Amino acid sequence: MMKRKALDLWVGVFVAIGLGALLFLALKVGNLASFSAAETYLVKANFDNIGGLKKRAPVKSAGVVVGRIEDIVFDTETYEATVTFSIDKRYEFPKDTSAKILTSGLLGEQYVGLAAGGDTAKLKDGDKLKITQSAVVLENLISQFLFNKAADGNKDIK
Amino acid sequence: MLTKLATDNLVEVDNVNFAYDSRQILKGVNLAIRRGQVVAIMGLSGCGKTTLLRLIGGALRPSAGEVRVGGRAVAKLSHDELFALRRKMGMLFQFGALFTDMSCYDNVAFQMREHTDLPEELIDDLVLMKLQAVGLRGAHQLMPSELSGGMARRVALARTTALDPMLIMYDEPFAGLDPVSMGVIGQLIRRLNDSLGATSIIVTHDVAEALQLVDYVYFMSDGMIVTQGTPDELRASDKPFVHQFVHGEMDGPMPFHYPAEDYGRDLFAGKA
Amino acid sequence: MTTVIGFFEHLGGRATSAIHRLGFASRFLLLTLRNSGMCFRRFSLIVREIYFAGVLSLIIILVSGLFVGMVLGLQGYDTLVRYGSSSALGVLVALSLVRELGPVVAGLLFASRAGSAITAEIGLMKATEQLAAMEMMAVDPIARVIAPRFWAGVISMPLLAAMFSAMGVFGGYLVGVRLIGVDEGSFWSQMQAAVDFQEDILNGVIKSVVFGVAVTWIAVFEGYDAPPTAEGVSGATTRTVVTSSLTILALDFMLTAFMFRGA
Repeated sequence: MMKRKALDLWVGVFVAIGLGALLFLALKVGNLASFSAAETYLVKANFDNIGGLKKRAPVKSAGVVVGRIEDIVFDTETYEATVTFSIDKRYEFPKDTSAKILTSGLLGEQYVGLAAGGDTAKLKDGDKLKITQSAVVLENLISQFLFNKAADGNKDIK
Repeated sequence: MLTKLATDNLVEVDNVNFAYDSRQILKGVNLAIRRGQVVAIMGLSGCGKTTLLRLIGGALRPSAGEVRVGGRAVAKLSHDELFALRRKMGMLFQFGALFTDMSCYDNVAFQMREHTDLPEELIDDLVLMKLQAVGLRGAHQLMPSELSGGMARRVALARTTALDPMLIMYDEPFAGLDPVSMGVIGQLIRRLNDSLGATSIIVTHDVAEALQLVDYVYFMSDGMIVTQGTPDELRASDKPFVHQFVHGEMDGPMPFHYPAEDYGRDLFAGKA
Repeated sequence: MTTVIGFFEHLGGRATSAIHRLGFASRFLLLTLRNSGMCFRRFSLIVREIYFAGVLSLIIILVSGLFVGMVLGLQGYDTLVRYGSSSALGVLVALSLVRELGPVVAGLLFASRAGSAITAEIGLMKATEQLAAMEMMAVDPIARVIAPRFWAGVISMPLLAAMFSAMGVFGGYLVGVRLIGVDEGSFWSQMQAAVDFQEDILNGVIKSVVFGVAVTWIAVFEGYDAPPTAEGVSGATTRTVVTSSLTILALDFMLTAFMFRGA
C-alpha cells in the first residue's frame, strides 16, 4: 500500500503530463495558437457562385491567412450567396478590396483571396465588399472551351 | 431510535418466512434473544442460518412475518434509520472479510473514521486498544494478506467491535481454524460480549466449541427451528436429530446416502 | 422442427436477458451517479483510484503511442511518396491519431489493463464479502468503492488518449523526419495548417471522454454483478474487456459519423 504522499505525487505527475499532452496537441499540432485567440471584425460579400467554399475555410491575402469564413447564406432577394467572413483585427483593408474564390493547387480546397484596392478609407466591422469574383465552375470552363473551339472552327471555314 | 422496552428481548423473530426465487428457505421461524445472552444457531449447511442473520441485519426482507430488533421491525425502517441501527450492530463474516487494500490498523479504524468526527490521535488510541483486546496490537501495520486465518479472524473481530455495538453477529466464526485459534476466538467472543454488555448471536455448526461457550442454542433444520435449549439440555437430548448432530454420527435422520437406485440393481445393470 | 423452434427460443431468451441486464446496468449507473457526492467531497478517494487506473496505465499507453506513431510514419510515407505528397506526412500522422487512433486505441488498452483490473478487484471484494461487510457497517459500498473508481476512469481516459496522440505524433516525427528525411519544416507546418483545434482535437477529446464513461461503467458493473466465485470473477473480467472493446468500436463509428460527416 503506497504512502499517501507518494500516491498524490504520482497522480499529480500523471495529470500534469496529460494536460501537457493536450496543450502540446492544441498548440504544436493544431492551429490554436495561430488564430482563435485573435480579435476579428466581420465583413460580408456577395457571390454568384461559391463553388465548393465551406465554412471555416481560410481567407487569404497575398497567400497569407488573414481570416476565416464564418457563415454562408443564400440571399432570397438578390439570388446570390452572401458570405460572411471574420478578418484578424491586425489587418486593415481598403474599402474597395475585392474578393475572389480561389482553389489551392489544382483540385484542392477552396478559399477566399482578398486583393487590396487603393481607397484610403478602411473596411469596418459590418461592411460589404463591392467587387467579387465567383468560383470557377469546371463545367462552365469545359463548355466555354468547347464553344471557343467550335467558334475557331467556324472562323477557319469562313 | 432504539428505546428501552419492558421486555428484555433484543431480537425477536416472529413467524418469519423467507423465499428466494421460489425456493422456501425459512418456513415459519420463531425465536427470541434476550439482552446479554450469547446464543448459538446451529444446523447443517443450507438450513437457513446465514439467511436468518442477514434478515436480522436488514440485508434481506422477510416474505412473511417480522424481525424486530430493539422492538422495531427491521424491514420497516427507513434508509437512514437502518443505517443508524447498523452502527449499533456488528457482524463478523466468515473468514473475516477484512478490506484487503488497507492495513489492519486502517481496517479497525474504518468505522471510526467513517462515522465519527474523532481526531486521529483519539482514533489511534482506540484502535490500539481494540487490537490489544484481541491480542494483535503488534500486528497493526500488517496487511490482511500477511495474516494467518486465525489472526485475520481476530482483527475482523476487533473491527466488528470498533464502535462498541450492542448486538454482535458471527457467521461461522470457527470455520477453518486450528484448535488453538478456535479456543481463542471462542474466549474472545464471550469476553467481549460480557465486557461490552452486548448480545451475541453465533451461527455455526461447530458443536464442541459452541456448546462450551453459549447460554442458549437454537437448532435449525430445513428452514425451521426443530429444537432449542441450554447446552446441557441438548447434550442430554435423545431426539434423534439432535443426537446425531451433537455426537457427530454418520447416519441418522440426516441420511448418509444421497438418494439413489437400489444398489444391487445399479451394480449389475451394466452401462445404459 | 422442434430444434429450430428451440433455437429461436434460446435466441429470444438470450436477447431478453441481455436487455434485462442492460436495464439493470443503467439503474446501476444512475445509482453510482447519485451517490457520487461523497467521493467528490473526499477527493482523495478518487485520487487513489486515478493512481491505479491511470498512472499504472502510463507505460503501456506511452509505449504503444510511440510505436503506433512510428508505424504511421513508415506506412504513411510509403503511400504518400507515390503521389509526391510526402511533405503531408505530418498531416496524415496527426489527423489519424487525434481523430481516431488516440481515443480508440488508448480506450482499448485502458479497457484491457485498467478495466479488467477494476472488474477483478470489485468482483473479488464481492466474493470475499467485503462489500457486504461494508454495508453492514453502514457505509454504502456504491459511494465508497464504486463511484471513486468510476470517476477516476472518466478523468483518466481523456488524459491517456491525449498522451497517446502526443507520443504518436512524436513517433511519427522520429521516423518521418529523423529516420526517413521528410522536411522538418513542412512536417510541422502542414500539420498545423490541417489540424483544427475545434474540429479535430476537441472532437477527439470528446470521444475519449465518451469512451472513458463507457469502459469504466462496464468495468464497475461487471465487477459488481459478478457471481462470487472464481469462475464468476474470471468470466466477468473477460466480459469487461470484450464488451468494452466492442462498445468502443461501435461508439467510435457513431461519433465519427456524427462529428466528421461532410468534412
